Amino acid sequence: MHNAALDPYAKPAPTVETIESIVGEYLHLEGPLLPILHALQESFGHIPEAAIPVIAQMLNIGRTEVHGVVTFYHDFREAPAGRHVIKLCQAEACQAVGAEAIGARALAKLGVDWHGTTPDGAVTVEPVYCLGLCACGPAALVDGKVVGRVDATKIDAILTEANA
Amino acid sequence: MKIYVPLDSAAKALGADEVAEAIRAEAGRRGLAVDIVRNGSRGMVWLEPLVEVDRGSGREAYGPVSVADVGALLDGTLPSHGTVEDIPFFARQTRLTFQRCGLVDPLDLDDYRAHGGLAGLYRAAAMTGAAIVEEVTASGLRGRGGAGFPTGIKWKTVLDAKAEQKYIVCNADEGDSGTFADRMIMEGDPFSLIEGMAIAGLGVGATKGYVYLRSEYPDAIDVMRAAVRIARREGVLGPNVAGSGRAFDMEIRVGAGAYVCGEETSLLNSLEGKRGTVRAKPPLPALEGFLGRPTVVNNVISLATVPVIFEKGAQAYADFGLGRSRGTVTLQIAGNVKRGGLFETAFGMSLGEAVEEIAGGTASGRPVKAVQVGGPLGAYMPREAFDTPLSYEDFDAKGGLIGHAGLVVFDDTTDMLKMARFAMEFCAIESCGKCTPCRIGAVRGVETIDRIARGDGAAAALLTDLCETMRDGSLCALGGFTPFPVMSALTHFPEDFTTVKEAAE
Ligand SMILES: Cc1cc2nc3c(=O)[nH]c(=O)nc-3n(C[C@H](O)[C@H](O)[C@H](O)COP(=O)(O)O)c2cc1C
Ligand code: SF4
Ligand code: FES
Ligand code: FES
Repeated sequence: MHNAALDPYAKPAPTVETIESIVGEYLHLEGPLLPILHALQESFGHIPEAAIPVIAQMLNIGRTEVHGVVTFYHDFREAPAGRHVIKLCQAEACQAVGAEAIGARALAKLGVDWHGTTPDGAVTVEPVYCLGLCACGPAALVDGKVVGRVDATKIDAILTEANA
Repeated sequence: MKIYVPLDSAAKALGADEVAEAIRAEAGRRGLAVDIVRNGSRGMVWLEPLVEVDRGSGREAYGPVSVADVGALLDGTLPSHGTVEDIPFFARQTRLTFQRCGLVDPLDLDDYRAHGGLAGLYRAAAMTGAAIVEEVTASGLRGRGGAGFPTGIKWKTVLDAKAEQKYIVCNADEGDSGTFADRMIMEGDPFSLIEGMAIAGLGVGATKGYVYLRSEYPDAIDVMRAAVRIARREGVLGPNVAGSGRAFDMEIRVGAGAYVCGEETSLLNSLEGKRGTVRAKPPLPALEGFLGRPTVVNNVISLATVPVIFEKGAQAYADFGLGRSRGTVTLQIAGNVKRGGLFETAFGMSLGEAVEEIAGGTASGRPVKAVQVGGPLGAYMPREAFDTPLSYEDFDAKGGLIGHAGLVVFDDTTDMLKMARFAMEFCAIESCGKCTPCRIGAVRGVETIDRIARGDGAAAALLTDLCETMRDGSLCALGGFTPFPVMSALTHFPEDFTTVKEAAE
């Protein structure tokens, strides 16, 4: 994930043409909106405000409807995340092996709350409810990579690496 | 020399990629010719990364293997478990749905065929739709996604519906904590799901399928997408499925992090590109599903079990099980547990046997306090209920549910009031917002439990009332079943709700 504002290599703000060309690739699908939103977030790290009217127009639906879909789902961001996204499982099976303490430790070290991003834009930390790694919890997803049996040592190493 | 290192995400989460890389590097240094196969997981997560080495006389199992063990592994001096089939946890299973998972290369269609794959599809390709549906009905297969609805009856409804276009939608949202069977099969034996969906398509006359796969499973998404491309190239999917003269193709669609989208009507809305709110039933999705057309919605395990039913015959499948729970259940044993993983067995094993004998009790070595069966909407079962046989009916009778068959084990340090609070909090976070008992009730539930925690004795009765309102007044099982974990915690562990304690938080 990318923080466009802070990354020196950040791409320029997406133009309407770029957005249109991404949206255009999915118009042939039945129910294209989620694939479109995933593709936009993949490209820009979030769903740019400017994309809402473009999508609405190209799918022939209302802007409020598009906005309603973007806000319904936990995955879609309206602002860019940090350069690294750490998702920590807080669901029951991971709780049974100490996930809450791992979460609390990460939040304390980063000085942010859940869903927060560190002021330097390095890390966003989010709770996630199950990664299917419930027999080797506490589980985490670090920039899309799975990590199991996260203990104090492992979470510290993950945070150190992400802050680097 | 052939070396199997799982690509399953649980194995990866425990270092399988690093181990595979170390094997490659060390073998290179030694000038050894090794063929590294990235297989699925055999399901024994406590032994992952579980590496199997075939030196020409069968597969020997080692695990957990770390990067530091790789030298000894190649020397042949690392202690082995014998074959996987020798390991008691594995030896006690009846593997039907998971017969190939971990055995084969997930993306090698020839390997799949050599292990019984596609036999079912070729048999189905020569049958009429009605005969296919009849075979599924005769097997006694019931939906493994949660509700346990007979799969054959659902298919019959779609078969009998008249429409230009019908769909097969696979529910791969697997949101329940403590479950990973869907993920394992999609990563370890993806063709079995594709084959099951193709048979469903031939059965009901649907030519298009979708897998709605949760975004929390990036590895499963990659494997499934690759498998679909291969299946299409090899004629398993396409205009002439397995030479049947009938068409079926499918797409993988990615969810967006909403638990409620596992509920079938919410899933269909999401697939259509809408907010994932729940639809009132009727109309049934079988009649008015995706884009208003007749649609089979089935769980991954339900669909991935279809090939073995056609390969071995409906009766052979129905011969396993207990009462009206036929065939096998793919238990997922998780949480604070010594031997966690996937355990496939005929319905009917007792909960206690699964937890104490198969799984060996807790990882912490402390006594088991409770087992949550069936995900976040399932009841917390106390030790006193350990004699309950794992079947739909027996759990129903105990005020619980089997759901997707996840068993989450907790030791005696667990505060059940906190678990009840979490259940309400989770419902509040994930509510689709359509009905008041769920949307508002769950928030009130958290507040009421906090009052109990502060020593307000009257609040327990309020909580009970609130749970009744949610149970009776909610449109779907998110609001309707959240009372299961809450009330089971309150009923079976009253001591955790009586002592005055600091406010939970
Ligand atoms: C809140 C909620 C979440 C659900 N999540 C899932 C899920 O993740 N996977 C699943 O297969 N079924 C889930 N279900 C059950 C589905 O609504 C539906 O019963 C199932 O997909 C039907 O397939 P089956 O008959 O093969 O089980 C969920 C139900 C509810 C109420
Ligand atoms: S019970 Fe909850 S999740 Fe289900 S329809 Fe009502 S508000 Fe939505
Ligand atoms: S509960 Fe944490 S990975 Fe499933
Ligand atoms: S997601 Fe709709 S009420 Fe929270």
